[in-house]
Amino acid sequence: MEEKVLHILENNCRISFEQMAVMLDTDVETVRHTVEKLEKEGIIVGYKSLINWERTTAEKVKAIIELKVTPQRGKGFDAVAEKIYKYPQVTSVYLMSGGFDLGVIVEGKTMKEVALFVAEVLAPIEEVISTATHFVLKTFKDHAIEFMREEKDTRQVISL
Amino acid sequence: MNVAEQLSKTVVEIPPSGIRKFFDIVNEMDGAVSLGVGEPDFVTPWHIREEGIYSLKQGQTYYTSNWGLLELREEICAYMQRRNGLTYHPENEVLVTVGGSEGIDLAIRALVNPGDEVLIPEPCFVCYAPCTKLAGGVPVPIVTKAEDKFKLTPEALEKKITSKTKLLILPYPNNPTGAIMTKEELEKIAAVLRKTNIMVLSDEIYGELTYAQEHTSIATLEGMQERTVIINGFSKTYAMTGWRLGYAVGHKDLLRQMTKIHQYAIMSSPTTSQYAAIAALRNGDEDIERMREEYNYRRRVMVDGFRKMGLDCFEPEGAFYVFPSIQSTGMDSETFCESLLKAQKVAVIPGTAFGESGEGFIRASYCYSLKSINEALERIAAYVEGLKA
Repeated sequence: MEEKVLHILENNCRISFEQMAVMLDTDVETVRHTVEKLEKEGIIVGYKSLINWERTTAEKVKAIIELKVTPQRGKGFDAVAEKIYKYPQVTSVYLMSGGFDLGVIVEGKTMKEVALFVAEVLAPIEEVISTATHFVLKTFKDHAIEFMREEKDTRQVISL
Repeated sequence: MNVAEQLSKTVVEIPPSGIRKFFDIVNEMDGAVSLGVGEPDFVTPWHIREEGIYSLKQGQTYYTSNWGLLELREEICAYMQRRNGLTYHPENEVLVTVGGSEGIDLAIRALVNPGDEVLIPEPCFVCYAPCTKLAGGVPVPIVTKAEDKFKLTPEALEKKITSKTKLLILPYPNNPTGAIMTKEELEKIAAVLRKTNIMVLSDEIYGELTYAQEHTSIATLEGMQERTVIINGFSKTYAMTGWRLGYAVGHKDLLRQMTKIHQYAIMSSPTTSQYAAIAALRNGDEDIERMREEYNYRRRVMVDGFRKMGLDCFEPEGAFYVFPSIQSTGMDSETFCESLLKAQKVAVIPGTAFGESGEGFIRASYCYSLKSINEALERIAAYVEGLKA
């Protein structure tokens, strides 16, 4: 039940409890209770919209930054990760396997703004050994949604 | 010269399908929503499409064997084994066809002699009776009823059996009703058939799309495999309608004759589609699971929606249609559908398109996004509400 609720919400968080109850063949109270429980347990951590900013006139750039860092005794990567994710410019931070340690996504209005944030804020952090900044030029797909896709029913008339 | 006078009487006398008419109107209507289409809204899973593309890149642009690619027939047999526990031999008991529809036509043509009777439970998919007539046979409808959940009962079957009965069509899971037949119910049908020489065409094209319990094939019952030809395909299961690929499995004596017709009429099924189908059978189980779950959600929303309008709607357990009754409105199916379309711009199909016994019902497909389904249900509810006023 919980897993089904999560799958449905991950796909569309605006769906009503009433609709979900019908889909899952249960009652509204059960759905409401399940969702509240999942929120309380920190399993559902938020609800956001997926926006294709490239279709607006808003200035917005996004960069993926590879960071090599020195882990701290007793705290591993957690402490340095926290130092980084507290900045509002940072929208995601991941601990990575492979060629670098932290994958950081930074958003800003211009490339310069993002580049300077990396140079002046992230790079000087004591544990940070090196940075490599990659700017996102175009989003094709995000959160399993294709950004270029047009919703159009192309099924033709047929007798069946 | 009057070409109309030159035509085959048998063909001319066959009425056109009752489904098309509505779509032609819908297509020209602005802002119309449809619950009419009987094909998946999902696009074929990418790994399957990719395999088709790859085969083209490799230059696999030739005919295949008349029977279909051996590799595909082997996969079909493996599927029959793991899904139904049925053993078929890829060399002579499997034929790859152009959709399930071709398999139906071939099986009927290979079995029916002029005057032979073919039993067809109705309401059902539109092709069985025309195919029977084209083969010189006599279609004999068996009416199934809402109070029996549109299942074929042994009593109804027995009443229609005569010395001329050649074949029983078993169209379950059913289009348009969504009815299924459980193993116990099939046992009773099999018990009737075992006393006869009647063959069975089991159209299992929706066999993977059942929601309460797994589909049982009548061929799995004691002694039934040799008299049963199973028709299946990739269209509904893997959202591959446009690839036009299906298959038939059954006794080698029957399959040999079916393949003979196929060989003269079709040669071989589309090669690209056959390569894609191999990928579907090998790696498509998760795709089926994902689509089935989504269909199940929509199914419940549809049934709930119609019941809230005050329309009787028996719970469909298979395929992707609901078949609510509109008898409480006092209208016949066709009038209801036409005036719904005019008033609220929603297209559903009158039950009568699937046989006279569909009178008083409409077919609504849930091959649409939840958003479209909700929109359509709201409009139908508004229409039904308006009738009461």
